[in-house]
Order: sequence, then structure tokens, then C-alpha cells
Amino acid sequence: MYDKKELEQIRKQKEEWEKKCYTPLIDKHPERKKRFENLSNNEIKQLYTPDDISHLEYLKDIGFPGNYPFLRGIHATMHRGKLWTMRQFAGFGSAEETNQRYKYLLSHGETGLSVAFDYPTLYGYDTDHPMSRGEFGKCGVAISSLKDMEILFQGIPIDKITTSMTINGPAAIVWAFYIANAENRGIQKDIIGGTIQNDILKEYIAQKSYIFPPEPSMRLIIDTFEYGSQYVPRWNTISISGYHIREAGSTAVQELAFTVGDGVEYVKWAIKRGLSVDEFAPRLSFFFNAHNDFFEEIAKYRAARRIWAKEMKKLGAKKERSMLMRFHTQTAGCSLTAQQPEINIVRVTMQALAAILGGTQSLHTNSMDEALALPSEKAVRIALRTQQIIAEESGVTDTIDPVGGSYYIEWLTDEMEEQTYRYWERVEKLGGVLAAIEKGFYQREIAAASYKYQKEIDEHKRIIVGVNDYNTDETIDIPLLAMDEKGEERQIKRLNKLKKERNNQKVQRNLEALRTIAEGSSNMMPAILDCVHSYATLGETCQVLRDVFGEYEEQAIY
Amino acid sequence: MVERKIRVLVAKPGLDGHDRGAKIVARALRDAGMEVIYTGLHQTAEMIVEAAIQEDVDVVGLSLLSGAHMTLFVDVAKLLKKNGLDEVLIIGGGIIPVEDVPKLQKEGIAAVFGPGTPTEKIVEYIIKNVKR
Amino acid sequence: MSDIVQNILKGDQRSIARLITLAENNDKIATTAMKDIHPYTGNAQVIGITGVMGSGKSTLICELTRLYRKLGKTVGIIAIDPTSPFSGGALLGDRVRMMELAMDDGVFIRSLGTRGMLGGLTSAVYDVVEILDACGKDVVIVETVGVGQAEVDIIKIADTTLVVIVPGLGDSIQTLKAGVMEIADIYVINKADRPGVEQTIAEVESLVDITCSGKDRKTPVLSTIAKQGKGIDVLLQEIEDHRSYLEKTHLFEKQRRLRYEAELVEIIRKRLMSFIFDEQTCKQRINDLLDRIGEKKTDPYTAAEEILGTILK
Repeated sequence: MYDKKELEQIRKQKEEWEKKCYTPLIDKHPERKKRFENLSNNEIKQLYTPDDISHLEYLKDIGFPGNYPFLRGIHATMHRGKLWTMRQFAGFGSAEETNQRYKYLLSHGETGLSVAFDYPTLYGYDTDHPMSRGEFGKCGVAISSLKDMEILFQGIPIDKITTSMTINGPAAIVWAFYIANAENRGIQKDIIGGTIQNDILKEYIAQKSYIFPPEPSMRLIIDTFEYGSQYVPRWNTISISGYHIREAGSTAVQELAFTVGDGVEYVKWAIKRGLSVDEFAPRLSFFFNAHNDFFEEIAKYRAARRIWAKEMKKLGAKKERSMLMRFHTQTAGCSLTAQQPEINIVRVTMQALAAILGGTQSLHTNSMDEALALPSEKAVRIALRTQQIIAEESGVTDTIDPVGGSYYIEWLTDEMEEQTYRYWERVEKLGGVLAAIEKGFYQREIAAASYKYQKEIDEHKRIIVGVNDYNTDETIDIPLLAMDEKGEERQIKRLNKLKKERNNQKVQRNLEALRTIAEGSSNMMPAILDCVHSYATLGETCQVLRDVFGEYEEQAIY
Repeated sequence: MVERKIRVLVAKPGLDGHDRGAKIVARALRDAGMEVIYTGLHQTAEMIVEAAIQEDVDVVGLSLLSGAHMTLFVDVAKLLKKNGLDEVLIIGGGIIPVEDVPKLQKEGIAAVFGPGTPTEKIVEYIIKNVKR
Repeated sequence: MSDIVQNILKGDQRSIARLITLAENNDKIATTAMKDIHPYTGNAQVIGITGVMGSGKSTLICELTRLYRKLGKTVGIIAIDPTSPFSGGALLGDRVRMMELAMDDGVFIRSLGTRGMLGGLTSAVYDVVEILDACGKDVVIVETVGVGQAEVDIIKIADTTLVVIVPGLGDSIQTLKAGVMEIADIYVINKADRPGVEQTIAEVESLVDITCSGKDRKTPVLSTIAKQGKGIDVLLQEIEDHRSYLEKTHLFEKQRRLRYEAELVEIIRKRLMSFIFDEQTCKQRINDLLDRIGEKKTDPYTAAEEILGTILK
């Protein structure tokens, strides 16, 4: 980016600066640490100059927003044109309670919905299944049938607002609930918009909410790609997620490498199915974490965009829409402390800022009390206000990619991209993504990183305010969310009533039809939609697939 | 040459798959010289107690982030008692609201460690409170 | 006879578990109990399973156990994992795959750390086998992680030793070539749905041809896909066949004698070591000797002779 002569000058003068200014100073006053490291344990230098990014070519490697390789952003106007979607992940108790929370959030300026499901729903169990014991509505809303979905969105304009649903193992079925509910309300499939997470690879790698083994799971996912691109074109049929990989203890580089690597894997499977890249790729979306190391996080998002654009081109994408990486961000739940919970507001603010500077398309900001329990209304409001303050008051949205061109940021972006490709080489050597999962590669890498991080905190090599330094004796006074204790009872009653009143013959017929399709190889979505339309429950529909596909067994790696 | 080693069962009851904490604690206890038996995910109370019996552990450590602790931790504590394993020290960790802690203690979960607990604190607690 | 032994003979789970702990800790109560238990042992069939990490041993054991249970046989499983030489602690994770299996009253599973023993076993393993045998388990399976030559000790305990290999893990074949070839009574090529399985089978078979030439029994090479329960019935039949072979050729008694010999040596070793290193007076003496070795007033050989001299007097 600089001419040779100028670079030579810069290099020389830097050496001189080090010799004359820097070294004498640190000889007298040593720096705070011997080695400065970011969260991926990369050494950070005291100063970055044009010399560190001299290998980059502006037009080829950096470019313009809205143009390949999309390093500076996916739109030509970015947040000057449209702010990101403020989308708070929410759900607890019964459908009625969560419906109320959604209405509350929308009335406070939220612009998109994001559904958290409870554990039984995530595993495809109805509320009355024995494994559901104690879990009803605990960390999300319980949705056992189309009936619950109808209640969840009662009075909410799903033709105008988009909904993101964090669901993976049974994603196809829960998506079918959403589609069926829209259809019953007279809204066409091609109008509704939103996202299903539907990312099973990261479940094996990190989050562990899987049901079926990898192969049939991948088939289900590609079924949704295919169905979506034909009938529900405004829906993102996957949100390839690094968030959970990071929450499981990975470094930023691991999050980046494993997530974008998963993305490439999905594309390969879809191509193998015979789908055309430019048909489904525009509906692929991503989901990243925003952790504590401010610049590293920004560099991570920027690198992700560039890698994705390059890889999609290699995979045969022709349309620019197929090459641009749209992503949602959530601030890091695992960075929240139970000690001095109010200071989490500050953490969340910086994490959110990193995501926005990194060019996110939508954002969830965590509530200060989430290391202790489900967030209260007030805590959620403050979290939402945090985004609104950054958007309206800080001025960081006035220009596109304001950190672009920083010697440090550009160097770090490039470095993280490099390290991503090095991880991919290792995965390739193991035989690809599925083989690496089966061999416990990712799980081992993450477990080692997370233990190392904890050790650093335990040994005071890394300071976490309120945890291993700056402690205060305090009684924690966080008002906790009170849940309706009758919710579970009401839900089970509703389930029993439903099973009595629906046309059970039709349900059985539809479930059997699904079984036949599942045993074969055609797209399962139409059969799943028939099941849910006839009010077959989540558990019943999932059980058919469990019978056919079997269940995945954990790789115990630590 | 009597060589007592503290044996700990680290268990994940219920459906919650967040195992970062459980694995970190398991490793830290090993590094503190204990023998740690890890159960893996999705355990019922019955499975946990059966393992505690056969492995003759001194400590059962339960980890849960889904919020179902009032049901599932208590299930395990009751079943351990029912099987006569009164000597076993039960500890828990996860997203546990402060106001639930005394209730859990009343049910026999001796201590609860939330997010951000240094692992050495858990090690110290076990060494100090292990019952045999 | 103590209560604990009586309870074990009745099959009481907690007593079994407790005596295993006492034996692992070299507790005096265990010594007495083990003396009482010996007459009730010798009925269980002992199967050793070894193989590198990731070869699917645990899954294989689960499936084998399910099959034995179907045939009405009770099973004890001893899963041994290495103890960290640095901390003395251990992470015992083999149970993960077996949690559901353990809910069956006819199955008892115990995880052990090697606690400083070489050879992939723990010195308590002999006791644990006898305890599970005495409490009435028809089959006792001992699982160890193969780390090269170290797993050879397992053949001293097991009537039948299985070596598990996975296609594509070139290292495991290399290890076999390096000299652990002799220990297998049966080779199991697990995860046989993986690419390269034919080549692995061929490699192992050619090794078998070399090591078994001139012998009356050729080590069988089986393939299984434990995850799908495939090949387990054939494996079980081979184990039974090996047992009949041992009995027919009177190798069975020889095998058992080998185990008792190993156990006897182990007990003597433990006693001697504890005598030398634990007794206060001896400790003091060793310290003095170490000082003198350092000062070149004596040498390690003379010092050792001196210590042994007093014991053997």
C-alpha cells in the first residue's frame, strides 16, 4: 500500500525510535507486562506501522464497502443507511408469558424478535416427557405444538417483523410450526422473514444440543435450504454460529476458524445435493460472539467477511449476494460476572461497540443479571438502551468501518485470517469437518483453551474486575424474574386437550408418511408440515425421526 | 502405605449441554491430585447416584446452567440419602440465583459455586469438607 | 468373616465399592478381607481389552456387555485410565458411554487410576478382579489404554486378551510391530466402516501369519462396528472359543497360575517398598545413606546392599 522508498524510511525510523526512545524508556520503567497477549494468546507489539501491513494491497485486500471482498462491510451505506436490527434473545415459561415479554420489548423500540426455547424443546421433547423434568420454561419458552406457537405470536405482526429462532436438532419441525402458524393466519410463506439457527455442526463441536447423528442431521438441514429457497425465500435457513463455540471456551481465532469452516461444509453438502450455490447461499447467515478483547473482536468480524467472500467465490458463487456474510452478534454470556453484576453493563457496552464497529447486521446485548438468572424486565431494558445509546449518541455510525486502515486492525485482521487457514489445514488432514468432530479435535482444542484461560485467571495473569481483583464485599441485590408457577400445569393440560381433540387418525397417517419419507431420501419438509398442521406434537414428530435416524452419542473430551 | 485419594464424581444432570464449567472443574480437581469420574451429559438422578455408589466417591459435583437446579440437584441429594450415602459431600455449580442457595443447602447441597469462582476455591473447599 | 466380605458375597453394591477403595488405598482392612475372599474366587471369566485412545473400546465393551446380559450373564467392568504423574490425580472418563448400562443390577462398573504403576494397570487391579469374581460376576472385563508396550501386563490378568485397532490409525499397527504382537488372543478391527479397513485387516493378518507360524492356534482377526452393534456376536463366540481352547489344551491353569504369580510378586513388591520407604526408622536411614552417597562416602550399590542386608537377615 506504500511505495518502497517510503516503507524503507518508515522501517528505518522505527528502528531508530526503538533504539533511542523506546528501549531506554523501558529499561528505566519496565512495561506492565513482559509479554502482551490478546485472548487468542497472540503476542501484541507495542506499535504497528505501515510496515506491518505492507504486503496488503488496498484495492485487492481491503476495498470498498458493498464490494468484494466485503472486508469493510456488506452494504455500500452500512449503518449510515440502516441501523442494525436490535434483537433481544428472549423466552421463558409458557407461550403466554413470553408473548407478553415480546410485546414489552417491541413497545420499547426493539426491531426484531428472537426466540429462546427451553431445553425439552431444544431436544425435541414435549413438556410431559420424563427427561423434561424440572426444565419447563427454565431457559426459554416451551413449545410442544403448533398450538403453543399460535399463542407465542398472538397479536404480533409476523408479516412485518422478522423472527430469529435458536433451535437446532428439531429446527425443521419448529420452523414448520412457524410457517403453519403464518399460513393459518392467512400470511403467505413467501412474505414471512426470519432465521432458524439450524446449525448442527457447532452442536457436536460445542453446544451439545444435538439429537440425531451427523449424516441425517445434515440431510435435514439441506432439506430446509432446498425448501426455503423454493417456498420461503425471505427466510435465513441457517445461522452458522460461532457464539456457542466461544461460550464453550474457545479463543477468538478458534471461533472464527471453526465457524467459517462449518459454513463451507454446509455449502459443500448442499452442492452435493445438487443445489445451485447462488440459489441458497444468499440465505445463509452467521452468528458471532462479542467478547472482551475489543480490537481482536473487530478484526474477527472483518476477517470472517473476507474469508467467506473468497471461499464462496472458490465454491462457484457468481452473485455478490452469495459472497457477502451477514451476521448477528451477541455479547459474551460467559464474560458476565456474578460478582458486582451492575458492572456487566460496562462490559456489554464495549462488546456491543466492537460488534457495531465490526459491521454487524443485528445485535443482542446481554443483561447484567444473566450470570445469576434469567434477566428481569429492567435489566433487559437497560441492555436494549445500551444499543440505542451507541446508535444515537456515540457517533460511531456516522462513517463506514471507522477502524479500517488502522495499522493494528488491518494487521490483526490479516493475522487471524492466516491462523484460520492454518486450522483448516489441520482439519483437512484429519479427514474433514465430520471426521474432526468424530476424532474430538475441536472439542479438545476448545477444552484446552478454556482451561488455559481459567488458569490464567486463577493465577492472576489475567485480571477480571470483581473476580480476581477489585473485589468488594457486597450483598447482591438483583431483582429476579418471577415465573408463573402454574405455567407447566397449564401447558400439560393444553397438551392433553390437544391430543384428545385433534383428528388422531390424521395425525397417525401423517406421522407414518413422514417415517416413509425419512427412510427414503426425498425432502422431508412437506411431510413435516403436514404433521404439524394436523397438530402432531414436537415430541411425536421428533420421535419418528429418532426411530429412523437413531440418536447421537457424546464424544467425551476434556 | 495407606494412600487416600479423594474421589469426585462430576455430573451433568438434565438436558443442559453447557459443559465448559464441569470440564474446567474436572481438570482442576485432577491437577489437585484427585480422582475425577466424569459422567458426561444428560444424566438422570438415578444414573448419577448409581455411579456414586459403584465408584465409591467422596464428593458429587453437579453442574447445571439451565435453571432446573431446584428440581434436579434436589432429586440427586434425596436419592443419595435414600441409598444411605450420607457421607458424600454434594456441591453444585452453574447459574444459581442467590436466593436459591440457602434452599439448596437445606436440601443437602453443601456449597454452590457460581460463575467466576476460582477453581482453587473449589479445591480448598473439598479438601476441607470431605467427610471421610 | 467380616461383615464387608459377607455383604460382598451377597452382592451388595456399596460393600463391593467400598472394599475396592480400601484395596486401592492399601488399607489393612482390605488385606484381611482379601484373604477371606480368595476361596470364593476363580469362577469369573476375565477378559482384557486394550487399544489406543479413540479406538472405541468403551463402546465395544458396552455392546459386549449387552450381549452377555442377554445371555443371562452378569458383568463386572474395570476401566483403567492413567494417573497424572505430576499431580497424582486422574480424569476417569470411560464411564461416560456406560452410564445407562450401569443402571442394570447385573452390571457393576468401576473406574480406576493407574496410581503410579507402569504397564497400564493399577496394582489394585488383582484385588478388584477377585472382588468382582467373588461377588458373583460371571464375566469381568478389564479395560486399559494401550500406550505402546505398556499394556503387556494385561495378559497376566486376563484369560482372553483383545487388542482393538482402528483403520487409518497407522500408529497402532506400528505399535504392534514394535513388539506387543504377542499379547493378543483376538484382534478386533473396530470402526470397520472407516476407509482403509481392508488394508488394516490385511496388515494385521500378515503380522499374525508371522507370529503364529508353527503354533496350533492362529490369532483370529475380527472386524466390528461397535457403534452399530455389528460383529459383536461373532466376537463373543470367538471369546468363548478361546476359553474352550485354553481348557482343552490345559493352558487355562497355566494362565491362572500366571495371574497368581503376578499378584504374588506385586504384593511382595508393595510390602517391601512400604517397609523400606515408610517405616520412620528406615526413612531416617535412607536419608543418611543419601547424604553419604552425595558426599562420596559410599555409592548407590553399596547402600542398596546395606538396606537389603538388614531386611533379608
